[in-house]
Amino acid sequence: MTTTAPATTTGARAGRAPALLDVEGLTVRFRLRDAVVHAVTDLRLTVHPGELLAVVGESGCGKSVLAHALLGLLPGNATVTGQARLHPPAGNPVDLLGCGERRLAREVRGRALGLVPQSPATALTPVRTGRRLLVETLRAYGHPRRDADPAADRLAVEVGLDPADLDRYPHELSGGMAQRLVTALALAPDPPLLLADEPTTGLDRPLVDHTLDLLRRRCDTGAAVLLITHDLAAARRVADTIAVMYASRIVEHRPAGALFDAPVHPYSAGLLDALPDRAFRPVPGHPPMLTDLPPGCAFAPRCERATDTCRTAPAPALPGPGRAACHHPLGAPA
Amino acid sequence: MTSALVAHQITVHYDRQRVLDRVDLRIAAGETVGLRGPSGSGKSTLARVLALLHAPDGGHVALDGQRLAGVRHRLPAAVRTRVAILFQSPRAATDPRLTLAELIAEPLRATGTPREAARARARELADLVGLTPDLLARRPHAVSDGQLQRACLARALVHRPGYLLCDEATAMLDASTQAHLAAVVTDYQRQHGAGVLLVSHDAALLTRWATRVVELPAGGRPTG
Ligand code: SF4
Repeated sequence: MTTTAPATTTGARAGRAPALLDVEGLTVRFRLRDAVVHAVTDLRLTVHPGELLAVVGESGCGKSVLAHALLGLLPGNATVTGQARLHPPAGNPVDLLGCGERRLAREVRGRALGLVPQSPATALTPVRTGRRLLVETLRAYGHPRRDADPAADRLAVEVGLDPADLDRYPHELSGGMAQRLVTALALAPDPPLLLADEPTTGLDRPLVDHTLDLLRRRCDTGAAVLLITHDLAAARRVADTIAVMYASRIVEHRPAGALFDAPVHPYSAGLLDALPDRAFRPVPGHPPMLTDLPPGCAFAPRCERATDTCRTAPAPALPGPGRAACHHPLGAPA
Repeated sequence: MTSALVAHQITVHYDRQRVLDRVDLRIAAGETVGLRGPSGSGKSTLARVLALLHAPDGGHVALDGQRLAGVRHRLPAAVRTRVAILFQSPRAATDPRLTLAELIAEPLRATGTPREAARARARELADLVGLTPDLLARRPHAVSDGQLQRACLARALVHRPGYLLCDEATAMLDASTQAHLAAVVTDYQRQHGAGVLLVSHDAALLTRWATRVVELPAGGRPTG
């Protein structure tokens, strides 16, 4: 049996506004020499205009692969199945997995679907200054030449970068400054949906909050953000909805407040219990290797509620927001 | 003799800018001192000075009553191995060519422990920090940040240091890994009576983990 959560929240009004992103059955496998990595399994999610969805989980659970799959940026040994549709407010719907690299490169990446990447150093061209990168990006997305410089300065300020620092080369930037620069680059085309993969890596606390609030403000003005993070406190600060990912699957997908008040999946509950202002108690055991997932529920070896059913039958697929992929979910929220 | 790691009137300049200005800090054996402060307050610099990785422009560090001069690699091994430090980003702090087992055992090999004994100690520590044996044969690129930070903690404990300095060491980890590493450090501290410094921006973490918290204001003069 699964439990329904109260489905009211400010940004996510499932069922009213048409979804901006609609993902169904997304599955990603990587073929290695002697194994197959189950990186993303049967993943289903929607993101609506104005919604900030946070995908949380430990490193290696598959959450970064999700972003790269949507953008068509996976390496050659990856197999992707399922559906992912983007419905940009202006323009035609795009079948992200089927439309082909040409269309992704020309119409989708950056313009309709932005990415703040996790390792900024590798995303920056070493021979161009931040300003040149930013101005080129602005111009490529239709900014008039005379306006591009001040627009670059405005973007710098928006992400918490001193405009003077735009005149430096990438190797002259600290990790945190490079992170802010790639954020500015992703914001330049003003995409309706932004994928932000650990966008606060290497930032000091005030800048972490600054960046999170910036993402929140985008959603408050009608854009949407899919925030990929290991940081529950960050998700709590800004997200409308939270999807908890474990061993390649989303195991619970709820409005943020409801998840924090009364998690339904035992893994979500364990993760919340690990917070220093809660029990500060780790989830016992270790996550399974994605090359060697157990036959039943992947969380069973670590779960107090596990029964024989859990160990043999895969957990039920997530029926939709407000549910948990679990044979024995925790009691209904009060 | 007092068992403590002490910073006396530490002053540090970078490019003529004063990062720390006559800062005192004392970490007694058995206590966990939290150090917080805004960015630019010199928290990490102070940790590096205490770890003997950075020679201050003024003041000195004293270890168990003994005044130390010079930086880490000039000091005798018996002194060096008393103080260990763990950084925020394990990737920046590790040699990508070593397997995790080698990474953990390396400081022992460097001080002359025979290979087999070093390996055995590495396995024991790997178990303590929650690294499964199959991970020990891998190199850093083939493990997650959380797994690599576990290995770095094992490496930091390999010489049974009297003082462990954690500079935002769990900031990039998920809540469960953070809580687990905190429990490992706390157990180690209880068993060995070690002194621990936690540099962190996370007020909830310091409230929960530290026995007292010192605030380092911008400009680097503490009030606590
Ligand atoms: S399906 Fe069973 S093992 Fe898996 S989380 Fe639910 S109760 Fe635990």
